[in-house]
Amino acid sequence: MATEFTFPDAAAQAAAHDADAERMSLSMGPSHPSTHGVLRVQLELDGETVLKADPVIGYLHRGEEKIAENMTYNQFVPYTDRLDYLAPLANNVAYAYAIEKLAGVVVPPRCQAIRVIVAELARVSSHLVGLGCFGMDCGAWTPFLYSFNEREKLYRLFEELTGARFTTSYTRIGGLARDLPAGWTDRVLAFCDQFLPILEETIAMLERNRIFVDRTTGIGIITKEDAIAYGLTGPNLRGSGVPIDFRKDTPYSGYEQYEFDVPVGTRGDCYDRFLVRGEEMRQSVRIIRQAIATLPGGDWYARDARKIFAPRKDKVLTSMEELINNFMIVTEGPQVPAGEAFFQAENPKGGLGFYVVSKGGGVPWRLRLRSPSFSNLSIMPKICQGALVGDIVAILGSLDFVMGECDR
Amino acid sequence: MTATSDIIATLQGQFPALTPRPSADYPAVNVSAASASALLKTLRDSHGYDMLMDLTALDQGEGVSPRFLVVWHLFSTTTHGYVRVAAACEDDASPSMPSVVPLWAGANWHEREAYDMFGIQFAGHPDLRRILMWDGYPYHPLRKDFPLAGKPTELPDAEIAAEVTAKVAPAPMAGGPFVATPSNLDTGDAEPRAKDESWNERRVKPE
Repeated sequence: MATEFTFPDAAAQAAAHDADAERMSLSMGPSHPSTHGVLRVQLELDGETVLKADPVIGYLHRGEEKIAENMTYNQFVPYTDRLDYLAPLANNVAYAYAIEKLAGVVVPPRCQAIRVIVAELARVSSHLVGLGCFGMDCGAWTPFLYSFNEREKLYRLFEELTGARFTTSYTRIGGLARDLPAGWTDRVLAFCDQFLPILEETIAMLERNRIFVDRTTGIGIITKEDAIAYGLTGPNLRGSGVPIDFRKDTPYSGYEQYEFDVPVGTRGDCYDRFLVRGEEMRQSVRIIRQAIATLPGGDWYARDARKIFAPRKDKVLTSMEELINNFMIVTEGPQVPAGEAFFQAENPKGGLGFYVVSKGGGVPWRLRLRSPSFSNLSIMPKICQGALVGDIVAILGSLDFVMGECDR
Repeated sequence: MTATSDIIATLQGQFPALTPRPSADYPAVNVSAASASALLKTLRDSHGYDMLMDLTALDQGEGVSPRFLVVWHLFSTTTHGYVRVAAACEDDASPSMPSVVPLWAGANWHEREAYDMFGIQFAGHPDLRRILMWDGYPYHPLRKDFPLAGKPTELPDAEIAAEVTAKVAPAPMAGGPFVATPSNLDTGDAEPRAKDESWNERRVKPE
C-alpha cells in the first residue's frame, strides 16, 4: 500500500522552529579561565548568538574606599597594590601624586624620574600579562610563556627595588620608600636590551597568526563615540582611535620631558587593542631609557614637606626634633590641608583617578577610586550583543581588565 | 586662572543658581539638583566636556544637611581640561538625583555604584540595582554611619544560608591594629591598639 508523501513547507517549519526556539541562560564565571579573575557574565543565548550579556561584578569587593577613610594616607599605600595587581607600582605612583596634589607638595626631579621608570616598568609587566593572556584565550600558548618569562625578570628587578615582587608599596606621600639600589638602573637597561627582541618575537607570533587574526579582527568593535560615552580610557580608548593619553595631555611626573608616541587604532576591534598594547611596550622601553639616561641626582623625597614625609631613620635616632616629627607622621599621618582634588594617571589599564576629599589631618574624609577597569567593563553589554560565545572570550581578553581594580 | 573664572562666569549667566565651589585644581561649581542635568548637558554640548570621567557621591556625615552630594568630573577630549560639578541631594533621608544616563551611557554603572554605596536614587536610571554588593543587601556601606567592621546580615542565598547556618559576620578586628581614628582626640585615644574602641592602654578591656 502506497502512502502519499508530501514535502513539508520549509517556511512554515522554520517559523514553528523559531517560535519554540529556546533561549538559554548561561552563567559564565565567576571562576572561568577566560574571565581573568572573578567576573561573571550572565549570558542570554539563542544558539551560539549572544542576545544579552550582563557582567556581574563585586566578587572581589573589599571596600577599599571605606578602608581609606579609616587610616592615614601612608597606611593606604599597600591597599593600592591590590587595585590593579598586575601593575602595583603604577598604582603607588598615581596614589602618591593624587595626595601630593591636594597637599601642594612637589617632589624633586629625581623622585619624579624614578616614579616614571617604575611606572613604565609596571606598564610593561602589565601589558605582558595582557598580551600573553589574550593570546592564550584565543588558543596561542607560546606567547603566554614568552611574556611570563619576561615578566619574571621584571619581578626580580621589582624585588631588588622594593623588597617584594608583587605587593611593592614603593611610594610614600612626598617621596619614595627608598632610593634606587646601586647598579639597579644598569640592570634595568640590560633588561630593556634583551627584552626588545623577545617582545618583537612575541608580537610577531600573534600579529600574523591566522587563527588569532581571524578571531580578533572585526570582533568587539568599539566606535569612537561609544568609547567616549562609556568613559573608556587607556589602550581600549586609543584602540578606538581617540588619542587621549594623560601622560601627554595632562603631563605629570615630568612626562613632558620624554619623547614617546601614543599609538592609536583605526577600527576599534580586538586586534587593534592588541596592536596598541604591543606598541605601548616599545614606547615604554623608550621612556625608560630616556629617564635613566637623564636621571637627575639630588633628593628623592620632598625635603621641605616636613609634615608629610617622615625624616630619615638616622636623623630620627639622633635628633629630638626629627624623632617627634617622625612620631607625628607615623601616628597621625601626613598632614594634608582641607580641600578636594582629583588626579588621574595613565595606568596600564587606563586612567586611574583618585578623588580625595580632606577635612584636614592625616586621614581622608573620602577617597574615591575611579578605576579604569570598571568603566572599561561597563561597555560589555553593548559590544557583546550579537557576538558568538567564542567572541566573548576574545573581547574579554582584549579589554584587559583586572577585577581587583574593578571591584575595589 | 583666567580660564577657570571665565567658564564659571559664562555658566553663571545661564544658570543663576550656580555658585563657585572651592577647588585647588580644576574649575568647580555647585548647582542645585534640579538644574544639574541641564548644566551637565550644556557643559557637554557647548563647552566640549564630552567625557564623564567620574561620578560619585559624598556623605557629609549624620546630622549635616544637605547630607549627600553627587559629584561629577567631566573631561574634555579636545582641550584636555577637567571640570567638577557638585549637587546636593534635597532629601537627607531618601536622597535622589536626576540620572545622567541619557547624556553618557557610561554613567549607568557609576550611578548603580552610588546607589549601592550611598542609597541615592537616580531618577530616570534604566536599571537601578546594586552592583558591588548583592541584591537584597540591606545597607549602604559607604555611608558614614555604617561601621568599618560591617554589620551582620543574612547570606544572599536563602537556600545555602539555611543549609550552612552561617551569617555574614562583622570583621573580628575592625580596621586592624594601629588605625588612627579620624578626630581631634589626643594620640593615645585616637590610636588604640585594636579597633575595639571599648579599651586601650588607659581604659581596661571589659571582660
